[in-house]
Amino acid sequence: MHPALQGLITIIIGVGGCLGYFYFSNQILDKVIFPPKKNDAGRNINRANAVRPWLFLLPAIIALGLYLAYPVFSTLWLSLTDRSQDNAFVGLANYNQMFNEPKFWEAMVNNMLWLIVVPAVSTAFGLLSAQLTDRIAWGNIAKSIIFMPMAISFVGAAVIFKLIYDARPVDQAQIGVLNAVWLQFEGGTGSFLFLKLLPGIIVLSFAGIVSYIGWLTLKPLLPGETNQGGGLMAIARLIAVVITAYIIVRSLLLAVGIMSSSLPYGEPQQWLTLPFWNNFFLMIVLIWIQTGFAMVILSAALRGIPEETVEAAIVDGANPFQVFFGIKVPQITGTIVVVWTTITLVVLKIFDIVFAMTNGQWETQVLANYMFDKLFRANDWGVGSASAIIIMLLVSPILIWNVYNARKEMQ
Amino acid sequence: MDGMAGTSSKLTWAVHISAVLLVALWLFPTVGLLVSSFRTADQISSSGWWASVFSSEQRTVIRTVDPDDFRIEENSAFAVTGDLFAADEEKEVIAWGTSSREVEAYAPGDLVDLGDGESITVDSEGTYSWKGNEEQLSGRGKRVFATVVSPPDFTTDNYERVLFSGDSTDGMAKTFFNTLTVTIPATIIPIVIAAFAAYALAWMQFPGRAILIASVVGLLVVPLQLALIPLLQFHNNIGIGKGYLGTWMAHTGFGLPLAVYLLRNYMVGLPRDIIENAKVDGATDFQIFTKIIIPLSFPAMASFAIFQFLWTWNDLLVARVFLIDATGETTVMTNQIVELLGTRGGNWEILATAAFVSIAVPLIVFFTMQRYLVRGLLAGSVK
Repeated sequence: MHPALQGLITIIIGVGGCLGYFYFSNQILDKVIFPPKKNDAGRNINRANAVRPWLFLLPAIIALGLYLAYPVFSTLWLSLTDRSQDNAFVGLANYNQMFNEPKFWEAMVNNMLWLIVVPAVSTAFGLLSAQLTDRIAWGNIAKSIIFMPMAISFVGAAVIFKLIYDARPVDQAQIGVLNAVWLQFEGGTGSFLFLKLLPGIIVLSFAGIVSYIGWLTLKPLLPGETNQGGGLMAIARLIAVVITAYIIVRSLLLAVGIMSSSLPYGEPQQWLTLPFWNNFFLMIVLIWIQTGFAMVILSAALRGIPEETVEAAIVDGANPFQVFFGIKVPQITGTIVVVWTTITLVVLKIFDIVFAMTNGQWETQVLANYMFDKLFRANDWGVGSASAIIIMLLVSPILIWNVYNARKEMQ
Repeated sequence: MDGMAGTSSKLTWAVHISAVLLVALWLFPTVGLLVSSFRTADQISSSGWWASVFSSEQRTVIRTVDPDDFRIEENSAFAVTGDLFAADEEKEVIAWGTSSREVEAYAPGDLVDLGDGESITVDSEGTYSWKGNEEQLSGRGKRVFATVVSPPDFTTDNYERVLFSGDSTDGMAKTFFNTLTVTIPATIIPIVIAAFAAYALAWMQFPGRAILIASVVGLLVVPLQLALIPLLQFHNNIGIGKGYLGTWMAHTGFGLPLAVYLLRNYMVGLPRDIIENAKVDGATDFQIFTKIIIPLSFPAMASFAIFQFLWTWNDLLVARVFLIDATGETTVMTNQIVELLGTRGGNWEILATAAFVSIAVPLIVFFTMQRYLVRGLLAGSVK
């Protein structure tokens, strides 16, 4: 049968089946099982109404249970068994094996790097573009264009950026933009300004922002301040402070490294094969895609800020930057957190970009691609499932936080 | 906010300029792909795509035709005439020379004396005339160093090759329809299932409702990576293996949490009066749902439909795991492009065209339905 025909039939069966199921199950419930007749009419109506919600929910519950809830437990079980030993229970052996593989740790470290850089940069660019486009007449067109990469597949974006990163031998014309720009630098003052000072300043200001966040986190624990949330919260804060301290140290070292490095001017570079830096060239693809999302959400939040607060600040003599950072940003912190976590979720599952551009070579492995490698190339379901569980563990704080918020909202 | 107290005109300019830069930066990559897809392989490899939009200036060395075969005798002197370019090339010579040390020595039309009565002239259209005695006009053709301006030149050959040639390695026509076959049922079916569930979660009272809503929120973030192996096993066990049916089911399952979540949030906001009045008038839940809720929820359903469409169209992982078998008959576009990246990494004309074919449909959907997409995003993430 032709797939298109099969598709049409599936639509008809799927949609018709759902509608038919809902219609007839309601009919049967009302007319046959609990008919509102004779002396227990009232009781039967109540019974029917108690059952009805479950009729409406049943297909969704089956689909969700089978396609999302069951696999979580099944994968957990698979990660504890060995396929080559007839699915025997092997305890944590798969995890042990995985933790001893350098490729896994490479994926872990890279994923953490992605986790720090991509949400931060996307949110920052999103905030910047939201603020800029809200203030100009052609803002809607600008928004559309920045938002557009959202519609482009990760694979399509991979091709787009592979063209940008393309390298030719030095005696041929460069067809990749990045190398064409790179060859303009010759090691003079301009090169120092753009390739050392500017990146150095960016990394240093990133370290500055992280230390500010770290300070805000630490502050409630200092003597003389009131710490809300008890001991568990205090431990969480301490862990966060340790992580931020680590990030600060690393970025300071990175800044020093950038400033003191000697760059191979005049040689076209294979950007995707430069260890460590190629991760950033892959991240740019995701940042390019996600900035539009951040912009749309943050722009709506910025427009929701009460005018009076902004006007009051201006009357008090605040300059535009003070208005933005002192008045506007604090009022949309909640939205920034939502954008940040949403992008974090995308980053944790990132697969297509790495798969299409480097396939984890040249030290660019990430968890989802590592998992795909293990599951479908090495056919090692145990280790593959174990790495899937690691992704699940990384996601679960956000899951718990979302559920907690949703429940709070409903009360 | 222009003209508001506190914003100076200098700052307004800064805002405009930064916005232009940002937009240009974001548009640049996609334009590069689009332009490249209209160039020939030679053009792509000889210059960057940004140069193709303008007339390009190139220095070339061209030999005249072989004098031994083509010289014409006139009054005991000899002449060789011809055109530096092929007949259909619209190129223009802006400077030329006869030695590699002075490639731009002469202007078009100059008659250059090469000594002993030998002379050569080249005009701006590339026609040349080389004159001299028998000895001078023999051996190989004369070298002409020309600085040539060629106008922008684009071709649709790549699209013809990718879309209509029926070539199984480069052709995208079949994969285009495969992608469409995956996408449409995978977009429509979850909407129907989710609409009923969302109505129950929004407007019906029953024990366990709060827990169900919380689990939907939780399932929203479960990575689908966890589902790959267990579901593949499940599909093999029930006998559908790899194929469209399993892919549709997988996409339905993975799309449902967002669908239920978006639709429930929207339905909760519908006016209570309408629903209660209908109940008083004796409408059943099923009637309320089909006659009132569905028509009113159209915007939310459109939002989800766009998300699901973009997601299924752009998906690679689910297709690779649940759809594409060893025969490769059911390859989707994203997978085809990944294969092309492997086999035709240097053939940018094919890659760029194939990639642009695959992103054209999402872009059209995006630009026509952007309103619903933005609305869905705002409903889906701002809590």
